[in-house]
Amino acid sequence: MSSSKHPASTSFKAPDSSSLQLNDQGKLRHFLTTDGLSKQVLTEIMDVAESFSGVSEQAVKKVPLLRGKTIANLFFENSTRTRTTFDLAAKRLSADVINLNIATSATTKGESILDTIRNLEAMQVDMFIVRHADSGAAHFIARHVAPHISVINAGDGRHAHPTQAMLDMFTIRRVKKDFKRLKVAIIGDILHSRVARSQIHALNTLGVQEVRVIAPKTLLPSDTNSLGVHVYGDLKTGLDDVDVVIMLRLQRERMGAALLPSEHEYFECFGLTEERLSYAKPEVCVMHPGPINRGVEMDAAVADGPNSVILQQVTNGIATRMAVMALTLGHYAAGKPS
Amino acid sequence: MNICIKNGRLIDPANQRDGVHNIYIASGKIQSIGRSPNGFVAKQTIDATGKLVMPGFVDLGASLREPGYEQKASIKSETRAAVAGGYTAVCCLPNTKPVLDTPAVVQLILDKAELAGFAKVLPLGALTVGLKGDTLSEMYALKKAGCVAVSQAPNNNLTSQTLRRALQYASSHDLLVVLKPEDVSIKDNGCVHDGAMSSKLGLAGIPASAETVAVAQIIQLAEETQARVHLSGISSAKSVTMLARAKFANIAISADVHAHQLHLTELDVGTFDANYHTSPPLRTFEDRDALRAAVAQSIISVSSGHQPHEEAAKQAPFPSTEAGISSLETVLPLMLRLVDEGLLDINQVVDRLSLAPATTLGLDMGSLGKGSLANVCIVDPDAVWQLTSKTWRSRGQNTPFFGQQMKGQVTHTLVDGRIVFKN
Repeated sequence: MSSSKHPASTSFKAPDSSSLQLNDQGKLRHFLTTDGLSKQVLTEIMDVAESFSGVSEQAVKKVPLLRGKTIANLFFENSTRTRTTFDLAAKRLSADVINLNIATSATTKGESILDTIRNLEAMQVDMFIVRHADSGAAHFIARHVAPHISVINAGDGRHAHPTQAMLDMFTIRRVKKDFKRLKVAIIGDILHSRVARSQIHALNTLGVQEVRVIAPKTLLPSDTNSLGVHVYGDLKTGLDDVDVVIMLRLQRERMGAALLPSEHEYFECFGLTEERLSYAKPEVCVMHPGPINRGVEMDAAVADGPNSVILQQVTNGIATRMAVMALTLGHYAAGKPS
Repeated sequence: MNICIKNGRLIDPANQRDGVHNIYIASGKIQSIGRSPNGFVAKQTIDATGKLVMPGFVDLGASLREPGYEQKASIKSETRAAVAGGYTAVCCLPNTKPVLDTPAVVQLILDKAELAGFAKVLPLGALTVGLKGDTLSEMYALKKAGCVAVSQAPNNNLTSQTLRRALQYASSHDLLVVLKPEDVSIKDNGCVHDGAMSSKLGLAGIPASAETVAVAQIIQLAEETQARVHLSGISSAKSVTMLARAKFANIAISADVHAHQLHLTELDVGTFDANYHTSPPLRTFEDRDALRAAVAQSIISVSSGHQPHEEAAKQAPFPSTEAGISSLETVLPLMLRLVDEGLLDINQVVDRLSLAPATTLGLDMGSLGKGSLANVCIVDPDAVWQLTSKTWRSRGQNTPFFGQQMKGQVTHTLVDGRIVFKN
């Protein structure tokens, strides 16, 4: 079948990520994935986050930007820290927040996601923050919400975790100023990592020199190169001359599924120690989305060491999420919180 | 009723006919081709000028959903969809509720099909009790009740030993065994082809080895047990290579591909479009092209892989949606696209859709010779139409082809000499 003759599945397809995420004016309406968004959009998120970063340091940690707006945290999968930072971000913007821990409520009683969404829409909610174990869940919800509602993806399956990626970009920009000449290595379970996918897209869009991934083959997706990365099998070559090291969390389940023999062997091969960090540039910065398994992914000395920006990531997470909320709800104009 | 089909181009690979002939039908059978039998008075004449007259298609595996899943479809709705697609006989998979593992369920299905009065239903009895994969079903009883074969589809949850014994037992009753080649442990929770798209979308992948490992295993067991085996819905290029070798070695194994696999690829999944969630998964261009070549070379036949679903089954995040396409009504236009592209000729299409599946089943179908039952499909090859839900018959609206322009339309379908569909 020549695709030109029979535009088979192209003309009637669901819209791609970027057209779903942007409104008619090219402004962010939903934030589902970093894939397909322009450098301009990603930079705007970081710029707005920069302007919000002062709010948390004020005596009164609040701006009235989203007063009267209702934001629903829809967590179909458990999370403490991501939900807390979204919660704080919303409150610092003066929004009302409802937290629904759906992992233990409606859907286990057989209610479909769409029914849950419809019910919350009927309560005049303005934004859904969604975490779900299925890849594509946030896209699915974004396709079905009323036109005035925004959806922010707080992690869907293995697919995307765009606010985490953007807080990482924000952190890198603060430390390194410019993305242009950076070599970034991501180490660990790329296969199951929504964080890694979102980081890879963002890093490439922001124009870094090289993105590397370092992992055993069982933790790499097939055709990894097609994501826009170079694959390395060991830390010595992979970390050579690197500016930023991003560690990923290793889930215990991976040992049960015959993907890895043991945490011990993983640390032997891929654990970040001070000695191994010395393969990278001296001013390398070390990141981790948390929570860290000390002694599995990295040594405590590295996690707490001078190159670590792990706690800055957490702090920056609030400003970044405030930025994404304000931008998607259209309450950020002319480069300043209005 | 006496029917004359006039001036159509009769395409009947079984009798090596391809030319304009009149066809005279009485008592449900073809009485004569070409010349009117003595004293024949047609009650009805179908003018088939400019049209193709072909044996009705035989499908090797559709889910009709009844009994048990009537929220998805019924025997009536799906056999009606079948005749609209040119099918006059459809094998139904045993994954009903209760499972098609007793003569009572066989009888229920045959009664419902007869009452509906559209396509014939050919039941595939369950290979194991409840399709659970432990105890062999009463295959002899199922055969007596009317099953044309036994099948473990759509599961393949047998240990190698149980499969080996099931093949031995089925072959001692001369029963064809229809299997879906899938290694469930490699498939795991995969929902799309393991490749660039699964990596990009973060969807759990199903590598080609989930199929090829099973194909290799089944070929070995078929050879050893001398059972007749048919592989339902293959999806990868490597499976084609193995099947070609097995055929060359005279192993009694056949296979089919779902028509949509000859057109769609993993890329069509786009941004989590659940209409492209299929089983087996849509694979690469290389796989698609190898499958097309295999159809052209007569290594495999073509089936619908019909899986109608209710709307809710596709209204969820991609991995939680149910796999499958409602496809009985799109097989023919999809095959005619391949004719348009010069990949197949129309005789080959008719063979892959009717004669080859009938031969696999060992049934006297797929032929329009004198004395054959008048199972006929008449097609206007030049009709250009748009596929929309308005003229869609299947209760399952789950097709990715809505809105597309199709060429070639079924105008009449006859089952045992009765006109059951007219457009």
